[in-house]
Amino acid sequence: MIEVQNVTKRYGNFLAVDDISFRVEKGEIVGFLGPNAAGKTTTMRIITSYMPATNGTVSVAGYDVFEQPMEVKKRIGYLPENPPLYLDMKVKDYLQFVAALKGVERKDIAKRVDYVVEETSLREMEDRIIKKLSKGFRQRVGLAQALIHDPEVLVLDEPTVGLDPKQIIEVRELIKRLAEDHTIILSTHILPEVSMTSERVVIINRGHIVAEDTPENLIASLKSGETLQVQVEGPFDAIKEQLSGIPGVAVVSQEKDVIRKDGICGVRVDTEPGKDVRREVAAAVVNNHWGLLELRAVSLTLEDIFLELTTEEEVQA
Amino acid sequence: MRNAWIIFKRDLKAYFTSPIAYVVIALFVAISGVFFYALLTRFLNIQMQAMYQAQQMGRSQFPVNVNLYLIRPLVSNMSIIALFMVPMITMRTFSEDKSQGTMELLLTSPVTNLQMIFGKFGAALALYVAMIAVAFIYPLVLMLYGQPEMLPTLLGYAGLILLGAATVSVGVLISSFTENQIIAAVGTFAIMMLFWMVGWVGSGSGVFSSVASYVSIIQHMQDFTKGVFDTTHLVYYASFMFLALFLTYQSIESTKWRG
Repeated sequence: MIEVQNVTKRYGNFLAVDDISFRVEKGEIVGFLGPNAAGKTTTMRIITSYMPATNGTVSVAGYDVFEQPMEVKKRIGYLPENPPLYLDMKVKDYLQFVAALKGVERKDIAKRVDYVVEETSLREMEDRIIKKLSKGFRQRVGLAQALIHDPEVLVLDEPTVGLDPKQIIEVRELIKRLAEDHTIILSTHILPEVSMTSERVVIINRGHIVAEDTPENLIASLKSGETLQVQVEGPFDAIKEQLSGIPGVAVVSQEKDVIRKDGICGVRVDTEPGKDVRREVAAAVVNNHWGLLELRAVSLTLEDIFLELTTEEEVQA
Repeated sequence: MRNAWIIFKRDLKAYFTSPIAYVVIALFVAISGVFFYALLTRFLNIQMQAMYQAQQMGRSQFPVNVNLYLIRPLVSNMSIIALFMVPMITMRTFSEDKSQGTMELLLTSPVTNLQMIFGKFGAALALYVAMIAVAFIYPLVLMLYGQPEMLPTLLGYAGLILLGAATVSVGVLISSFTENQIIAAVGTFAIMMLFWMVGWVGSGSGVFSSVASYVSIIQHMQDFTKGVFDTTHLVYYASFMFLALFLTYQSIESTKWRG
């Protein structure tokens, strides 16, 4: 449905997006994840043919965004980072205007406006002036605007930013419902959001794609083994010696930020893949008459992967 | 065509939902009303004098021409006042869309840049025409009490509208450069002043003067106020407008490339 091939975008000397390629299949929902200024918005703007790429090609539903922008624009609903609202219009008037602008047939406009108002729960706000709406409602009007012409592809730039927790849940529900018959790209820098809404994640940093997979696979592929966090009352060197001897333990290291004066040290135990050594570790500590204060298995979250991938990148650069 | 019309309707409505349209029309009518009053007083004085002279000479009175002594200077003055009003009309055209992010909506909708420019330019021009139309009340008042010649009067107003089409297009162009409405207004105003004042050096002789006189946007109004129709002026205003709108098109295209 969306094919991005070797796209590069430069602003003067600044390289915003550097030779990225990915595909989004029909009906897929893809999360675009990356820190600020990673190139998410730029990529989305190129896909929506808001601006051309310096290099490379993008096609949406088989139409090239540069050669046939009109065909592409008809098929994309776009919610930019700041919802593009005419502040002194009423919600309903605004949606009617956008519907007409996006080429909805005159006879269908009322029906479409009614539908999106219902979908985004804007019913009691439809006669209010947009200027008077709170951030959350403005965001919903922005979402309604993107849906108005029933586009095949939805491009949502940070759709839940600025919403309260209840609204965030509502918007996520809406996105999931829309995913049934739309192809969706959404960007975010909030990690749980991606694992909650997206089938596939594209992690982008400094204009490069650093990883691309399902959230589960990303976690699995990076998870070399379990990590245990242990707090022990005792001398670190002796503890390290004892614990390293346990079969299945790969690395024992001291957690720098948990050293305390009263003889308690934080120990990080990385295990070999598929080994559960919690019992052995506990036994070893207790047998040596140290105090076992805490023992916790840490599972790798998307957040860790994200940090790992994006900070590694920084080290290279 | 439908797309330009959609944008036209929205922009025109936006002028009238905000105070801008009312302020602009009210100011224009009020200021030109002061001129109308002053010119009317002068006209009546001249007429009185003519009557007095005629009585003294024992002759019947020559009628004093309303078009010559009242409508012509009125239209001429209105053309200057209009120059001051246009920046207020056009300052929001593209600037507002740029600052509130709706430019992103327009540029990702299936609308060509040309349709967008026509819609926005049309809306600004329509407000300008409405302003001039309200000021048509002055010749109508005169018709109640006298017989002004209608054709030269209409031609004078047509000239005002042509002048407006040219100046509004410059305003639209300037507003496409900036997202700051104040800068758009001041920039438009400065350029209008320049095109007005360049005519002042055109009163001498020599190549430079005649070029300056041709370039001046107000010089071309003179014949219209007299009720003379000359295609030179039509060509001037039309090419002025096309050039400004062409540059607007380039400006919109280039913002796309600059991102």
